[in-house]
Amino acid sequence: MSHLSYDQSKTIATKTILILAGITIFEVLMALLGKGYLIEGVHLPHILIGGLMLVLSVVKAYLIVYEFMHMKYEVPGLVKTVLLPLFLLVWAIIAFLAEGNYWNNSRANVKNPVKTEVATQKPNH
Amino acid sequence: MASVTTAHELDHAHSQEGGSWKGGSEPFKASYGKLMMWYFLLSDAFTFSGFLIAYGTLRFSVPTWPVPDFVFSSFPGGFHHKPLLFVTVMTFILLASSFTMVRAVQEGHRENKSGVVVWMLWTIIGGLAFLGCQAWEWTTLMGAEHMTIKVNPFGTHTEKGVYLMGDGHDIKEGDTFEPGQSYLIHKHDGEWAPLKYKVTEGPDAGVEKAQAFGPKAFGALFFFITGFHGFHVLSGVAFLLIICLNAATGLYVKRRNGYEMVEKIGLYWHFVDLVWVFVFLCFYLL
Repeated sequence: MSHLSYDQSKTIATKTILILAGITIFEVLMALLGKGYLIEGVHLPHILIGGLMLVLSVVKAYLIVYEFMHMKYEVPGLVKTVLLPLFLLVWAIIAFLAEGNYWNNSRANVKNPVKTEVATQKPNH
Repeated sequence: MASVTTAHELDHAHSQEGGSWKGGSEPFKASYGKLMMWYFLLSDAFTFSGFLIAYGTLRFSVPTWPVPDFVFSSFPGGFHHKPLLFVTVMTFILLASSFTMVRAVQEGHRENKSGVVVWMLWTIIGGLAFLGCQAWEWTTLMGAEHMTIKVNPFGTHTEKGVYLMGDGHDIKEGDTFEPGQSYLIHKHDGEWAPLKYKVTEGPDAGVEKAQAFGPKAFGALFFFITGFHGFHVLSGVAFLLIICLNAATGLYVKRRNGYEMVEKIGLYWHFVDLVWVFVFLCFYLL
């Protein structure tokens, strides 16, 4: 199915696994560095570390799907039917995280319904 | 050049197998089984995305969340305070098993039966090792740290303060803490023993409080999502075993299709690894 020779594909697989392992080690080190575990007193902003992790995870996903799962060597139609629907998730992630954030910000406005009811009924009796 | 080949192949399909409308030619040049495996994985990706997005939404909806490098810091052999070490080991085991799976598929393409069986056996060992690690992780969380799907003893301070008592583990009386610092509420004689502390700064300064439990959703989300992934690994190991046995008995030699069954289970196995990349990201890194 693929036009690569046995030795070529073997080399690619070895290279890919080494890159994946390298990225994973880097991610863990960055997570620990950001929280101040590696160097005393050094903390990095959470949003910076988080963004970096997200990009690196997408790179890892690309390597697994394109090299290990051979997506790189499939015809364009197959690639599109499998990968394009996943872009629906972009909006799902944005919308739901914004919603979660809204709940958090609205916490202060939430009143205990039981207490409110008791308080408003009292003057009537 | 490419179009010439395609046309030739289409002709070939028409004359040999009855044409596109009778199932003769393969759409996307992939067999039915392989294409359907891709679409199954696409649907499975949406399932996992749904779970992980729910995790993100609930995490965003509460003021504090258990800090992963505090929660996941135990290591077999009685070691503590080794943040993220054990889950990194787990990740490497799964990555390694993905590599051995690639090797099995490659040996299949050149019809090397013993190569396929040996590399598949390594993959099975990797899958079982991962499951063993997960079992240890869960046992520690449930047995030693008493986290359940309903109770989450991992809390986070939102104020500056000083402890008025020690817990006999890591916290001593008089220890101070900063906002954002995590703690684990221990159980003593089967009873929860949240520590008392005094707030030293902010509007509540001077007030005595007790450690509060962490967000309740954490335990359920953790056990459900890593459990669902673990179940994928478990069923993957079962399918790998079946296909490995089939390969060993020479079933796929007769088919002469470059061990396509091995390729299909390979797709599934890599997908399980792919999901772990994002479970690892959401639960342990962020």
